[in-house]
Amino acid sequence: MRITRGFAGRPHGERDGRLPPGQYDARDDWPVLNAEVTPRLDPDSWTFRLEGSVAKPTTWTWEELKSLPWSEYRGDIHCVTTWSKLGVVFAGVPVDLLLDAAEPLPGATHVMAFSHTGYTTNLPLEDVSGGRAWVAFEFDGRPLAAEHGGPARLLVPHLYFWKSAKWVAGLRIMDRDEPGFWERNGYHDRGDPWLEQRYQGD
Amino acid sequence: MPLAVQAVGGWTVARVLDVRRETPRAKSFRLSPGQPFTHLAGQHLVVRLTAPDGYRAQRTYSIASAPGSPEVVEITVERLEGGEVSTFLHDELAVGDEIEVRGPIGGFTWTGDTPAVLVAGGSGVVPLMSMLRLSRSLSTGPPVRLLVSVRTPDDLYYAGELPGPEVTVAYSRRAPAGDTRPEGRVAAEDVGRLVMAGEGYVCGPAGFVEHASMLLVEAGMEANRIRTERFGPTG
Repeated sequence: MRITRGFAGRPHGERDGRLPPGQYDARDDWPVLNAEVTPRLDPDSWTFRLEGSVAKPTTWTWEELKSLPWSEYRGDIHCVTTWSKLGVVFAGVPVDLLLDAAEPLPGATHVMAFSHTGYTTNLPLEDVSGGRAWVAFEFDGRPLAAEHGGPARLLVPHLYFWKSAKWVAGLRIMDRDEPGFWERNGYHDRGDPWLEQRYQGD
Repeated sequence: MPLAVQAVGGWTVARVLDVRRETPRAKSFRLSPGQPFTHLAGQHLVVRLTAPDGYRAQRTYSIASAPGSPEVVEITVERLEGGEVSTFLHDELAVGDEIEVRGPIGGFTWTGDTPAVLVAGGSGVVPLMSMLRLSRSLSTGPPVRLLVSVRTPDDLYYAGELPGPEVTVAYSRRAPAGDTRPEGRVAAEDVGRLVMAGEGYVCGPAGFVEHASMLLVEAGMEANRIRTERFGPTG
């Protein structure tokens, strides 16, 4: 460990146990970090699609998605740029329900989330199933704002937040892993904040 | 088209070669990394600080220097009140000190082979300065146009180096004497003059990026050719 001369850091005696290593509490801020122009998506033409290595490729319209059973996520989110936001509430449709409808084939191992902007991010299939991922359309009881990915974004809160693709358009189910947008640019393929998997090689 | 995955190296120790004040709130730090540092214009690096008790803080900062000098890399940092890393860098870090860095990282990049329209709000000029410096180092490169929006002349980074035929500065609160543009936020007329077939790069605070990128789209640039980098309050 290399000590930085003169650095003490902010008072950190009672670090919040909800903060993964290297993260700080952004409190009321919700910094926005996109690589693209914020799209203004009309829910009337918005769709969500499951495709690729599935028995039943399926497309949901906005109305169809909103009519599915939804649930809440109450917890924390963590951005690779080191802010975390604690105690947030999202509502959305569990990805499990969508996977159940599309029926991934036996060899499926990973998914590529893709957005209406062309953004992509890859995840292990098990990280978007088992009650750990949503297609989220509400934040704190209100419709999700466009700058935060509205009308709907992927929500995978146990991984760094670039995995929670904004303006999500669907998931392509894959039989192998392949890097998405940030992952090709050096970011980690999985992105577990508790293991500090920020960059390729972590 | 499949692209190669870019490896991000581990932490390396970088020695401070030079500290230069850019504005009352911003300083540039010239660093000598322990390993050759080969970045693309527009990328950033991570700075990590370690306290004697093992407490660590890390933040990402855009690289201001042009690619091509792997033994030296320069960042410009705005001092954020209460920001534990930026206040340390401003108030404590001195020539000869060592900090840990990692990188380069990021896909907000220009490689010098397409025309580029660059729009910066405040401290968002830093990665675009790397692009401008690259552009100026190319004898026969494609055209580049840079628009920088700042509140007052005191807020302008690289004030001695920026001026050139390809650079416009728009002052939102107070312009210097002799400036013919009325003070105000960046408007359609400002970006309309910049637009050309090529890539767009917009960097700055989130609200500025939303505004400026929509202006570029309205002025005829394709949204999918515009890349953005938004600076949040990350201390």
